[in-house]
Amino acid sequence: MWRYAGRRALATVPVMGFVALFVFSLLYLAPGDPAAIIAGDQASAEDIARIHASLGLDRPFLVRFGEWLWHVLQGDLGTSIFANLSVAHMIGQRIEPTLSLMVLTLVFSVVVAVPLGVLAAARAGSWVDRLVMLFAVLGFSVPVFVMGYVLAFVFALQLDWLPVQGYTPISHGVWPWLRNLILPVVALGAIYIALIARVTRAAMLEVLGQDYVRTARAKGLGLAPILFVHALKNAAVPIVTVIGLGVALLIGGAVVTESVFAIPGVGRLVVDAILRRDYPVIQGVTLLFSFVYVLVNLIVDLLYSVLDPRIRQ
Amino acid sequence: MAVRRRDVLKLAAGMLAAPAIARADETRVLRFVPQANLSSLDAVAGTQYVVRNAAAMVWETLYGVDSTFTPQPQMCEGHESSADLKTWTFRLRPGLKFHDGEAVTTRDVLASLQRWMVRDTMGQVIRGRLDALEAIDDRSFRFRLNKPFAKMLFALGKSNAPMALIMPERIARTDPFQLIKEYVGSGPMQFRTDEWVPGSRAVFELFAGYQPRAEKSDWLAGGKHMMFDRIEWQILPDAATAGGALQNGEVDWWELPIPDLVPLLKRNKDVVVDIADPLGNIGSLRMNHLHPPFNDPRVRRALLMAVSQPDYMEAVCGGDDTLWKPTASFFTPGTPLYTEDGGELLKGPRNYDAAKKLLAEAGYNGEKVVLMVATDIAITKAEGDVTADMLGKIGMNVDYQALDWGTVGARRSKKDPPDKGGWNIFHTWHAGADCINPAPYTALDAGGAKAWFGWPSSQAVEDAIGTWYDAADAAAEKAAAATINRAAFEDVVYVPTGFFQQYQAWRRNVSGVVKAPFPVFWGVRKT
Repeated sequence: MWRYAGRRALATVPVMGFVALFVFSLLYLAPGDPAAIIAGDQASAEDIARIHASLGLDRPFLVRFGEWLWHVLQGDLGTSIFANLSVAHMIGQRIEPTLSLMVLTLVFSVVVAVPLGVLAAARAGSWVDRLVMLFAVLGFSVPVFVMGYVLAFVFALQLDWLPVQGYTPISHGVWPWLRNLILPVVALGAIYIALIARVTRAAMLEVLGQDYVRTARAKGLGLAPILFVHALKNAAVPIVTVIGLGVALLIGGAVVTESVFAIPGVGRLVVDAILRRDYPVIQGVTLLFSFVYVLVNLIVDLLYSVLDPRIRQ
Repeated sequence: MAVRRRDVLKLAAGMLAAPAIARADETRVLRFVPQANLSSLDAVAGTQYVVRNAAAMVWETLYGVDSTFTPQPQMCEGHESSADLKTWTFRLRPGLKFHDGEAVTTRDVLASLQRWMVRDTMGQVIRGRLDALEAIDDRSFRFRLNKPFAKMLFALGKSNAPMALIMPERIARTDPFQLIKEYVGSGPMQFRTDEWVPGSRAVFELFAGYQPRAEKSDWLAGGKHMMFDRIEWQILPDAATAGGALQNGEVDWWELPIPDLVPLLKRNKDVVVDIADPLGNIGSLRMNHLHPPFNDPRVRRALLMAVSQPDYMEAVCGGDDTLWKPTASFFTPGTPLYTEDGGELLKGPRNYDAAKKLLAEAGYNGEKVVLMVATDIAITKAEGDVTADMLGKIGMNVDYQALDWGTVGARRSKKDPPDKGGWNIFHTWHAGADCINPAPYTALDAGGAKAWFGWPSSQAVEDAIGTWYDAADAAAEKAAAATINRAAFEDVVYVPTGFFQQYQAWRRNVSGVVKAPFPVFWGVRKT
């Protein structure tokens, strides 16, 4: 098991290296210039050129890439061109809201979607099944930002139950923290619930047709133990796969959700950085997101081998 | 160790009831939504309005303009000038302190002015006439010029960026083309670097050592009495979210609501909506004078015949006719230098046939016109769409390039031909405060290669600007402005697309909000 885990972990190194090169090249080729934004609207072309040079952006690609990579290898993601704060510090300021949003969404989605999918499979063809699938179609179809605006309008502006925007750190109390996250989690979770519920239903339908399930029924086992002890465990591999794949969806969705609900997370940090062409921040955050994605895939790979030991061979 | 249910419940109850951070008196905290993200805080190296607005709380100027554009003493007690306006002597008022407790001295002033003079247009004029900028003692200093400069007080007190902000000498020694790394000023609020989350929040805390002037506050002049211990800037880039937060009382003041949301805000009894800046803005269609077809003044004049300002303004203001008016002038309507001399081509019904004829005379033969449109900004997107339609009507071959402002901002500085990465037209707008006279008005400069983007070249405009600089009285200034306006329309430095204003909105429990070219925080209260 450990050798397998080590092999998989090593395989992520070239992936991260490729991501680093790709991101840096993309930004090098992309139009725009942070010097123009620093200089502002009143500045002349000469002013912009002077600022561009003072930022070292006129140096050759390889020199800049080599310097950045060398610093990254030493754990230094660089310094924001605008705020003069280290990228690591800026990510540190923003990581809690994003982690809170993603983890809560993940937990909420799995807790809601898996039982829904199991229920739909167990009652396949009934109105319960149709209702779950209708919800799934809605969850897929409604964009996150539309869902966000509707929720904020109803629960914040009309009913005044929850705030429209913002984030309160968990150190200020669980309820204030949760209060700010309920609407974003529901908005972001809708598409994720739809995805997991559909895959769970499909996987369960396949498993419920197997001989060992018929045997379990024949020997008089109740519906709940059949569904959740025998069938669900055997349907787990595709479900875990989709949860892992969904992390990418979650990262993309978090960027939108953080913007709609003004959550000061890493997603908004990268959007602001892109608009301003704050290269070190874009590179640092993209590298972080890539690392998280690769890590989640690694965890999913390792979970496969736990759920189905045959995969290790 | 056994975990008992009672202990878990106690812990949960404790966490749920955990007090939030000790909150200051709510009436002493102002939550403000600025027009854009505060990404840096150097209003000398950069000219972004949002940066200038924040910097105006943290740093001060020697003089400050009031609502009549008259410079009044701020950090200075006063000044003396020689009869020939070549020697200007200033004395700082006593008791000025920086946020780190150090006294403000002439060393700080001289270093700050030296840095500012490199970046600011008026500063550059002073620098060009400077024999010496010297300290007399810790509180007095002197400019010795080799040519008279009548606009000295306005230069030192203007609100246009780059402002002549006074910083500690160690900070002011920063290269004028690099951003400062320490934010220590002598203004009424100090910047909390430790609470700064760029893109989300910026916090300003009352500076206990600040001594406001005795005079009544008026824009940058007079006593800056702060009624808040903290001013929290909350960056809410999404307009719908900002609107919701204001309606819900989560923020107190929104600097720039989008026109689409204004009717909704006006219906809310807890929200007040009013014009933000009486000086408004002038929309701009900016052409590249270096390359065909707009290197020919006849082609530029053809556009003057075809541009319909009402079309532009309706697109920009979302149908709110109270927000705009046409203007056949490069100067801000309602200000002393406003004139319509030479602006006849912009008035009356649009004449597309005459424009087509002029294009034909100029030899325009369907060459591609690269129109850069920043689609992420509502104003430039609206203006770009109207221009594309107008160019089509006069038979021009439009290459509409939808870009973001970051790209337009960088690409507009390229002097290459349009087919090699350059451009023909882009849109922007100029704050009315920058268009009250030629000094802060970089967009009106027609000095060719050294002029603003588009690089217009007009000796007549440059000569008239020079005349304005040397004008001794208001009548001479007004005459110079009329000449500038005429010459700028003759050579079509750019095409003004109309004058428009924008709203600001605040909660009804906030009072003292004034109309100004920047948010004035002093004198504002919350109950």
